[in-house]
Amino acid sequence: MAAIAEPAVGRAASPRARGRRRSGSSAGTVWRWVILLAAGVYFLVPLIVALRFAGIKAFGSVVSETGFTSSLGLSVRLAIVTTVITIALMLPTTVYVHLRLPGIRRLMEGITILPIVIPPVVLIVGVLAIAPGSLKSSAYLLSLEYVVLAMPFAYRAIDAGLRSLDLKTIVEASNSLGARSVTTLMRVILPNLRTALLSATVLTVALVLGEYTMASLALYQTFPVWIYVNSQTSGQVSVAASLLALFVTWFFLMIITVLGTRQSRRTGGGQVTLFTVARQETKGGA
Amino acid sequence: MDQTVTAPGSLVDPGAPGSGSGAAVAPGPPAKLNLRVALRGLRRIAGAVPFAVYVTLGLLLPMVAVAIGAFQTNSGGFTFSNVSAATHGIYLKGFWQSIILSVFTSILPAIFGLLIAYAIFTAKRGNVLRQVTITASGVFANFGGVPLAFLFIASAGSTGLITHWLANIGLNIYNWGFSLYSLSGVIVVYFYFQVPLMVLIILPALEGLRPAWREAAENMGARTWDYWRYVGGPVLLPSFMGCVLLLFGSALSAYATTEALTNGTIPLTSIQIGSFLNGNVIAGQENIGKALGLGMVVIIAIAMIIYVALQRRASKWLR
Repeated sequence: MAAIAEPAVGRAASPRARGRRRSGSSAGTVWRWVILLAAGVYFLVPLIVALRFAGIKAFGSVVSETGFTSSLGLSVRLAIVTTVITIALMLPTTVYVHLRLPGIRRLMEGITILPIVIPPVVLIVGVLAIAPGSLKSSAYLLSLEYVVLAMPFAYRAIDAGLRSLDLKTIVEASNSLGARSVTTLMRVILPNLRTALLSATVLTVALVLGEYTMASLALYQTFPVWIYVNSQTSGQVSVAASLLALFVTWFFLMIITVLGTRQSRRTGGGQVTLFTVARQETKGGA
Repeated sequence: MDQTVTAPGSLVDPGAPGSGSGAAVAPGPPAKLNLRVALRGLRRIAGAVPFAVYVTLGLLLPMVAVAIGAFQTNSGGFTFSNVSAATHGIYLKGFWQSIILSVFTSILPAIFGLLIAYAIFTAKRGNVLRQVTITASGVFANFGGVPLAFLFIASAGSTGLITHWLANIGLNIYNWGFSLYSLSGVIVVYFYFQVPLMVLIILPALEGLRPAWREAAENMGARTWDYWRYVGGPVLLPSFMGCVLLLFGSALSAYATTEALTNGTIPLTSIQIGSFLNGNVIAGQENIGKALGLGMVVIIAIAMIIYVALQRRASKWLR
């Protein structure tokens, strides 16, 4: 039956794909292509046009532009510091919450969603109001705040990774073999969380490399701030730099999806999700 | 069980009705017990302390500083003048523009994002199209800010290539009231990161729609509309509303895109707050920026209250 109803577009014989009637299914297929085509046009045309606008030559001259190296260098340093602090803070915390305080997981979810709903522009106003002068004169103040901004992504990535593990059994096995907590964390849990940590890292790096609001208001010339400032002198170069930023992000995210899919195929674990806010409870239905 | 032991009421009056459990009359001075329980509790949460401290210092304290600053004069005295200034004139207009913009750029992208997510959701797992769409959504959702603005200036700006091409075939969009540097332009650009964000965050909820439910509904004679009205819709609705709320917050707090696109000429609250830090204001009024910040937080809080109320409505409808 399923095989007969199978439309010619190459859907698998999964129960989901089985159409009620042949005509109903192909209407669904047409509908799907129309939507995806429209989305494709909206998202790709500005990209292609911008590529044409910038021209190939502009890409070469981005690198030699004044301020390029120093601003990109600052952004990369901030990204490294932010990532290290984020992982060092969020990994033990999330593992601890899973193991000892599963009751506050809802609370953790609530707290880590806050940096998404609180506007960064408001947060930086508060930060500049209370930060001590010594901290304000260092660009790494931005790193400290980027950790807050990265929390939602890092927490969700690590949380999803831990959820796909049988954490309790693993930790008990490790403890009964005589490992201390730190050893368990570093040599047992960490290797199992490789994908989760990779996505947390990439999302953090992408966030730091693209963050403009806080950096510009705290008067530090990070890469995005430089793109904006530089646009006053050369529009083409700025467009080229913008496209470069996009391709770099794309490349990083491609890496996590590919690596993540490979690992999940090997271990049969959960799929990599770039970001999740939907609550688990809704999954079972109402 | 610990709770019944430490409940002070039951120790004072063991015979009270309702405290029938044997644990309630356990011997031992309550003060010592409370201390031990408190210590144990403290040790239990010890691992979460660094996180709690970080959130307090990096997130809560700055927000408290904004809230307090909103009611302070420059010399530290108490005043309502900042809040009063923030809710009048240009700043009130800023709030309205921000809210209208955020409503537009949260509900519409939510619908489009849902359609796209459903389109790739019904494609089979491991499908190339599906993989590409998900990754692309991840990229575009993270691709806000300045680069995005330049992308659109190059393509749909007044001298952009698309504008030029359209003008060549007789469609001069700038004559029709569209301008990339006005609210209409900002809306178009916001879609560019809001729609992919919606795709990313609604997909997990869609995964929760079991194919078996659809089959069961169809076996009972449900049409597509019936399925969505009585099964799919109600299951998705709470997640959908949560996503709309998130998109609303994201649109409200967007700063970089608008700033780069319009050079700060559109009166949006986030831009106005930024201008207080940039020093583009009369000296002595800096705390109005904090009052505006407080206003934004209040707007988000109101949005959340509406969300919770709707959620409650929806859960009644589900039953």
